Amino acid sequence: MSLIGNLFTSSIGRKFIMAITGLVLVGFVFGHLVGNLQIFLSPDHINGYAHFLQGLGPALWLVRLVLLATVALHIWAAVVLTLESRAARGPNDYGVKKWLHATWASRAMRWSGVIVFFFILYHLAHFTLGIADHENFKSNFNWTMQHDAKELGITLAKQGEGVHDVYSMIFIGFQNPIVSIFYIIATSLLSVHLLHGIESLFQTIGWRNGTWACCLRKAVTGLVVLYFLGNLIIPGAILTGIAEPAAGSAAALKAAGQSVTAPAAHN
Amino acid sequence: MATLNSNVPPGPLADKWRTYKSNLKLVNPANKRKYEVVIVGAGLAGASAAATLSELGYKVKCIVFHDSPRRAHSIAAQGGVNAAKNYQNDGDSVHRLFYDTLKGGDYRAREGNVHRLAEVSVNIIDQCVAQGVPFAREYGGLLANRSFGGAQVSRTFYARGQTGQQLLLGAYSALSKQVGAGAVELVTQHEMVDLVVVDGHARGVITRDLVTGKFHRHSGEAVILATGGYGNVFNLSTYARGSNTTAIWRAYKRGACFANPCYTQIHPTCIPVSGDYQSKLTLMSESLRNDGRIWVPKKAADCKKPPADIPEEDRDYFLERIYPSFGNLAPRDVSSRAAKRMCDEGRGVGDTGLGVYLDFAEAIQRYGKQVANRANLHNPSKEKILELGEAAVKERYGNLFDIYHEITNESAYKQPMRIYPAVHYTMGGLWVDYNLMSNVPGLFVLGEANFSDHGANRLGASALMQGLADGYFVVPYTIGNYLATVKPNSRPSTDAPEFKAAEENASSIVKRLLAAKGKEPVNYYHKKLGLIMWNHCGMARTKEGLEDGIKKIQALRTEFWANVNVPGSGDNMNQALERANRVADFIELGELMCRDALTREESCGGHFREEHQYPDGECKRDDVNYAHVAAWEFQGEGNTPLRNIEPLNYEFTKMSTRSYK
Amino acid sequence: MVAETSKNISVTIRVWRQPATDQPGKFVDYPAKDLNPNMSLLEMLDVVNDQLERIGEDPIAFAHDCREGICGTCSLVIDGKPHGPHHGVASCQTYMRSFEDNSIITIEPFRAKPFPVIKDLISDRSAFDKIQQAGGFISIRTGSAQDANATPIPKEVADLAMDAAQCIGCGACVAACKNASAMLFVSAKVSQLGLLPQGQPERDTRVLNMVAKMDELGFGSCTNQYECSAACPKLISHDFIARMNRDYIAASFRSAFKPTPAAGSGGGA
Repeated sequence: MSLIGNLFTSSIGRKFIMAITGLVLVGFVFGHLVGNLQIFLSPDHINGYAHFLQGLGPALWLVRLVLLATVALHIWAAVVLTLESRAARGPNDYGVKKWLHATWASRAMRWSGVIVFFFILYHLAHFTLGIADHENFKSNFNWTMQHDAKELGITLAKQGEGVHDVYSMIFIGFQNPIVSIFYIIATSLLSVHLLHGIESLFQTIGWRNGTWACCLRKAVTGLVVLYFLGNLIIPGAILTGIAEPAAGSAAALKAAGQSVTAPAAHN
Repeated sequence: MATLNSNVPPGPLADKWRTYKSNLKLVNPANKRKYEVVIVGAGLAGASAAATLSELGYKVKCIVFHDSPRRAHSIAAQGGVNAAKNYQNDGDSVHRLFYDTLKGGDYRAREGNVHRLAEVSVNIIDQCVAQGVPFAREYGGLLANRSFGGAQVSRTFYARGQTGQQLLLGAYSALSKQVGAGAVELVTQHEMVDLVVVDGHARGVITRDLVTGKFHRHSGEAVILATGGYGNVFNLSTYARGSNTTAIWRAYKRGACFANPCYTQIHPTCIPVSGDYQSKLTLMSESLRNDGRIWVPKKAADCKKPPADIPEEDRDYFLERIYPSFGNLAPRDVSSRAAKRMCDEGRGVGDTGLGVYLDFAEAIQRYGKQVANRANLHNPSKEKILELGEAAVKERYGNLFDIYHEITNESAYKQPMRIYPAVHYTMGGLWVDYNLMSNVPGLFVLGEANFSDHGANRLGASALMQGLADGYFVVPYTIGNYLATVKPNSRPSTDAPEFKAAEENASSIVKRLLAAKGKEPVNYYHKKLGLIMWNHCGMARTKEGLEDGIKKIQALRTEFWANVNVPGSGDNMNQALERANRVADFIELGELMCRDALTREESCGGHFREEHQYPDGECKRDDVNYAHVAAWEFQGEGNTPLRNIEPLNYEFTKMSTRSYK
Repeated sequence: MVAETSKNISVTIRVWRQPATDQPGKFVDYPAKDLNPNMSLLEMLDVVNDQLERIGEDPIAFAHDCREGICGTCSLVIDGKPHGPHHGVASCQTYMRSFEDNSIITIEPFRAKPFPVIKDLISDRSAFDKIQQAGGFISIRTGSAQDANATPIPKEVADLAMDAAQCIGCGACVAACKNASAMLFVSAKVSQLGLLPQGQPERDTRVLNMVAKMDELGFGSCTNQYECSAACPKLISHDFIARMNRDYIAASFRSAFKPTPAAGSGGGA
């Protein structure tokens, strides 16, 4: 059996694919969260950051394609393994069945995964493609950079540059209670998914054993709690009004009932 | 009258096997695949023989009644396996193991066989380690040993309390390798129900498929039976419920002699019987006697008191008192009878009065102090010593203490275990010569199913040794010597009249059982038989008791066939029918055992006749009249079987009185 | 001395009855009255069966043999847990004192597609033998072994191998797993042999072949929920599954890149 054959046709190989893709996606969601937390800084930060990412062109598409492929592999492995496992259970169910050890997070994996998948579709439609709530899409708002935006020595956007106002899109989006609550529910499910998923990937790759399993569980739980709080705070703070839009942003203007600047010509 | 030639080769004891091996007839490697060997049983002996013979190139078929070869009852052996490795440098040698085994068997085994067993014991350990058997090791990475009853050296290799399991899984893995390679045909859930003898040679077996109920015919140039012992004739024993005598009993009825059926081993350390519903007795490994002290109250009046309330001076450590040099490690038969004597004197403990204490309090103290010293704890508190000691005992015997707790709901850390002897092993079995071939040419018998190496009593940790010796290192040589005299591919067609007749015989028994439609379930008769056997042919036997036992068994047999109720049909899985088929044979065997015990007018090893004892209750052997093997030959239904004799010639060892004092 | 176990109890057993693999099964209730609490669950089934046989009814078929928890034959799911309410014991080591008076005890066979029910409470677990035959061994011909002490093995390694080797092959891990995965069973054997120096030459082929056979036989995959080790009568750790995962992936990579030796030059001289 070839390496590719082992990875794609054996149960352990597919689990390995699931674990590795899961690991990549864990890296992505944490990075994504850190990027988004810039919402609590001045609009220059998040808008400059978004402007930089959009400006990457082919590189951005490469990253997007890799992420899409990763998601697709993750889902493919999950679906194939689930179907096989269902079939393995046999013709008759148990009359009485008790759970012995499995955590509730592990038992929620399949449906939390499915809901998170639909959430991702909505999230892309909302903030990336502008299909949902097109009126408040970032390209409809303009932001003029007030300072240079710099991260790690790289200039993301220059002072005076006109960029898409992602900041306002997020603010306006999350001021809608239905959207916010949906985001909170979905990201909490994602956190549950991560709670089992991150620990589980160590087992699948073979990096876990009883000697440090306890530390691993604590570390994973801590990480997931942070992730959950990070994701709770963005829509939570906006919806409750704890965070107010920065003066001059489209969201602030809109909140004050003023008309919003027409989109600037995008460079 | 059967011819019983032991075929033990001449020459000095230590050279017999080596010289004999070099002169055995051989089968050409290219011809080996033209011989099919049918092996029944896949315990230590069967699995190791099947694996080894197929490695040699023979075509092998291995038949088991279990759903997997890994379930054979060899798996339950706890304590260990003996080997004369002398890794401990404590004076062990092949000769010493030979001598201990021969003496342990009360001089009722063949010198030649026992010496060969001791010789190959060392190869067994090498083989098992190479297979990946995780024997216990010392911190330096070398193999650990412990001591067992009847020996004054540490020569027992062990894998926690699961040595039998690990050795069996080793043999099973070797067998699996050959099955996977297509070199062994594995037939599971088939029970052997008859032996097929063609022109005086064993040429096959009939089996019943336990799932479909169908009979099958298996033909071969030779047949090996490795079907274990028959202790379940007592119903309550430490055997697995499925262990049975049917294979060897039906072979007996086809002409194979049954040797020394009355030699049964009663193991001293089992959990006592608690009620009439009980289906089996559980052994507490002999290894516990390394650290546990056996006692009963000195005064019968103290028996119902909690053991902690009986002061030291009122306790009788009877094994230490009677056998000071071996103490609690006296051999099994000796220890069992001593326990029985104490209970007969009215000093037994527990609700039934049939039990003695096995006490770890002293060991806990000793280990506790040792561990404290090693940890540089000065003046440790009593509680600390107890805690450390319990942990040390737990490390050694934890799983046995757990088993004891599960069954009795008592903690042996806090109070002594209660133990009582129980049927554990049968030294008797089908008669075989030095080649392990029975008096029916072509029929080989290995392991507990044969009678060969343990004489009248088996020492602890020797059963595993014998099973593996027979399968790995003896029969692969000796079977070639027989097959070389048989034409290749000469096994009869399964359409031969002998196969047809044997199948009809087996199916007629099944039909009779199903037709009885009486009032009592099979278990009812098994329990009754067991009680008769225990009372009349158990730890102590008398002429009157045995005569009475024979009468009772004969009556039970008549009642069984008239009044047993086996529901269902023979065309599918029918566990009641399986049991009935086995119990029918046990009843017949029980009678033969009593007959054998009755005619052996001496006491030796596991066979104790009250008429033949020294004033202190020890076995009184009669070497003038009974230094022989009694091999019983079937003479047809309703006729008294014939008692053949194979004299035991002791050329190298003096038959002395066996003393452990 | 025996705590609170003097009073006899009565229960109703709800047992899965299925005449044969290809026939439908159903639960049937049987009374079991006046039982000594120190009786084992299997002995209770013996008593019920004796009653059934007495009136000429088909006794409940159940697998059992050694009745001391080592042979791995007994295989009952009792009230939804393989091997019953206790931790680290087999069905045969379950005693009636663990059940309430007048309770209903549901008894089912181990279920999984690769373990078809043969009759009533007996499942066919020969799939485990097939996995074993695919690689669960060290290829050593009888008689060719070196001295047993020639290769010292550190005590911790031997002990860990022994932890894995304790598996009794009962199939409770498969029965307990929602995916009917055999990973705990396979990993125990793979780990035992993979830990020992004797097992190294075949380490890669062993894990690849055994896992391939396991998949082929239709067992499910592992979702790391550890129901298996919780149901295991020998408490085999799921750490061995992690070890096997690592071995399998490493073996897959190694086998993809290892050089192929020239074809054997058999038939010389």
